[in-house]
Amino acid sequence: MTGMTVIVKTITRWTAALIFLYGAYMVLYGHLSVGGGFAGGIILACSYVIMILAYGGKETIHALPKAIASRLDSVGALAFLLLAVFGMFVGGSFFSNWVRDIWRGEDFHVFSAGIIPLANIAIALKVCVSLFLIFFILASLRMPKKGDKIEFHAEEVD
Amino acid sequence: MNIDLHTLLPLAIAIPLGMGFILPLLGKKLTRLADTLATLATALLVCLSVLLLIGLHQAGKPQVYWFGGWSVTASGTVFGINLVLDGLSALMLVVVAVVSFAATLFSTRYMDRYTARGKYYSLFMLMITGMNGCILTGDMFNLYVFLEIAAVSSYALVAFGCERDELEASFKYLILGCVASTFVLLGVALLYAQYGALNMAQLGQRMSMVAPGRGSILALLLMLSGLGVKAALVPFHAWLPDAHPSAPAPISAMLSGVLIKAIGVYAIIRIVFNVYGFNDQLGMALMVLGTLSMVVGVVMALNQWDFKRLLAYHSISQIGYVILAIGLGTPLGILAGLFHLANHAIFKSLLFLSAGAVDYRTGTRQLEEMGGLAQRMPSTARSSMIASMSIAGVPPFNGFFSKLLIIIACVQAGRWGFALWAVIVSILTLASFMKVQKYAFYGQLKAKWAQVKDVPLIMRCSMALLALLCIAMSLLLIPGLKAVVLDSARDALVQGVDGYRTAVSALLGAGS
Amino acid sequence: MVYTLCLLLFMIGLYGVLTQKNLIKIIIGLGIMEYAVNMLLIMIGYRHDGIVPILEAGMDVKKFMATAVDPLPQAMVLTAIVINVAVLALSIAVAMRLYQKYGTYDITEIRRLRG
Repeated sequence: MTGMTVIVKTITRWTAALIFLYGAYMVLYGHLSVGGGFAGGIILACSYVIMILAYGGKETIHALPKAIASRLDSVGALAFLLLAVFGMFVGGSFFSNWVRDIWRGEDFHVFSAGIIPLANIAIALKVCVSLFLIFFILASLRMPKKGDKIEFHAEEVD
Repeated sequence: MNIDLHTLLPLAIAIPLGMGFILPLLGKKLTRLADTLATLATALLVCLSVLLLIGLHQAGKPQVYWFGGWSVTASGTVFGINLVLDGLSALMLVVVAVVSFAATLFSTRYMDRYTARGKYYSLFMLMITGMNGCILTGDMFNLYVFLEIAAVSSYALVAFGCERDELEASFKYLILGCVASTFVLLGVALLYAQYGALNMAQLGQRMSMVAPGRGSILALLLMLSGLGVKAALVPFHAWLPDAHPSAPAPISAMLSGVLIKAIGVYAIIRIVFNVYGFNDQLGMALMVLGTLSMVVGVVMALNQWDFKRLLAYHSISQIGYVILAIGLGTPLGILAGLFHLANHAIFKSLLFLSAGAVDYRTGTRQLEEMGGLAQRMPSTARSSMIASMSIAGVPPFNGFFSKLLIIIACVQAGRWGFALWAVIVSILTLASFMKVQKYAFYGQLKAKWAQVKDVPLIMRCSMALLALLCIAMSLLLIPGLKAVVLDSARDALVQGVDGYRTAVSALLGAGS
Repeated sequence: MVYTLCLLLFMIGLYGVLTQKNLIKIIIGLGIMEYAVNMLLIMIGYRHDGIVPILEAGMDVKKFMATAVDPLPQAMVLTAIVINVAVLALSIAVAMRLYQKYGTYDITEIRRLRG
């Protein structure tokens, strides 16, 4: 997994942060316009994937190490589940919009619609990190070339 | 403190889901803590499901839980997703919880041979979440989503050891399972296009008002094919004999014991009885599929010398019994089928766990290489003998009673041919398991096994628990217990489309 | 008419899964089947001359509900796409591991389990 030419690296340096910004916009405005947690999370992951493609895996893993990524993955999912379970205690039923009952906010603005933006952020975190991990691990599997001996023991990439 | 029963329903999904996300955080350093937490979570699930079963019997009517406070409006439009607990769901919840508890106990020591314990438990808990959600849900698309959660976790778990056999089996299972799920989604999409409803109760109501059109028949065929692959009925069974032996032993027990039932058989019978409504053609189709599965399963199993592959073929055969009994459509037939479903979960998972125990100590699954292990592994041999006698239908174990009820139900409904096939398959099953017991546990002790010890205490305990249940479940036919457990499950299906609809909401009775 | 095209695409995908020998091509056939089902689902919700189902400030609610495209199939498709991404990632990972073990992507040579 080596990097690409200087031109690609330069352009990637400029655009990766913009792509991240676009993804964050889609996540935060998910309850007002198109997008939402999953689509925004995919675009956030794309910004990391572009960096892997342009710079190679070894450089990008410093931006988001594998151990931190695994933890963030579980934290994002747990945050979503906790939001739902709190609804049982505070609002009355699992997944009810308890934040909106506490603090309504004005309609059609960003800080409204209770639990929906918070759930979008949790899901975007999980999706972004999961897709980054999937891409990174799949790209770093060592594939045998022609003429390599095929081993018969299990290899853990983990 | 007075808690409504229906508020406990989301816990059956939230507990394993939360555990599935917490356990991988514990990772490599705290494996014993992960083991303890997983065991506690499944024990909690057992308590919760038994509580729900008893509470349902006391409440007398099915419990419905609407997510997020969205419910049925006064004009009869359904806005939310609901969880429905009726007799059938309660019975399946208990079965899933008990088998997963035994499998978790077993895997605390068995999985010492594999790495990545945190990820194993995470996938395991996700599989339990998927199964519980599938059993409880009252919405068709939600059924598809939970079915996929359970199925994808099981694809990954079959490939867990990353050896050549496991990867090949997992890939085969994955492709067949994914095509099947796409068929199910297409069926749900066609039903939505035709009737504009996703909630099972509302869909049943709208379907009962018009004659079945070509769209709904095509949707039924698609869904039966897709769910038939998940349940391993005979034209669709090709993945099971490769996938179940290749998985680690506790996962084989879960797959064969509860997964094919919770996402396959349960989904089929819920859709056929409570959404479409049962009629004779559907019943005949189910009976033919069931008989085909019974016969093909047992005939292929007679030829096998791999312990777990033989057990996998017998799974196909016993699921055929269940589908045959339910396809009869009479109350006794449905009762017999559901009883056999619960029994099979217990004794088949016990058989897979004992095969895993033998594999753990001797390292082989080939029957020809084993011999006389009863002298060195007495506890495993005893549990395995109890399970073999259950599946072969020897009194006083639970298998005998459920098979007897199935045969009596066939005879009472006038289906002599099917009853004859059931008897023949039962005799062949007995022959097959006598072979297993002779070659694996009794007979001459081979020299290379002279030093094996029995498996660790926890594994022996989990097998002993299931063996005890094999004997105890025969007591479920006593009238008092039968009314609590089996009768309410049967009534949930016999009540048909109208009963299910009124159970979910009286407001759905109005037009719409 | 459009539904027939979607089902035709579904059949093409199914043909790919059934007849191809290369593991990766089987996975691609599976992907084509999933695209076809997703497209069918979205087409179901279409309403002629419909508007996007996003309520903006100052819009009349009754007129909105009479002309908006059905958003429920769109939610179903989002969920289905998420599930398909997970299955695709898993299948590619298993296929790559199979290549590591067997040295080939050809399914006629990956047949150790029989009987």
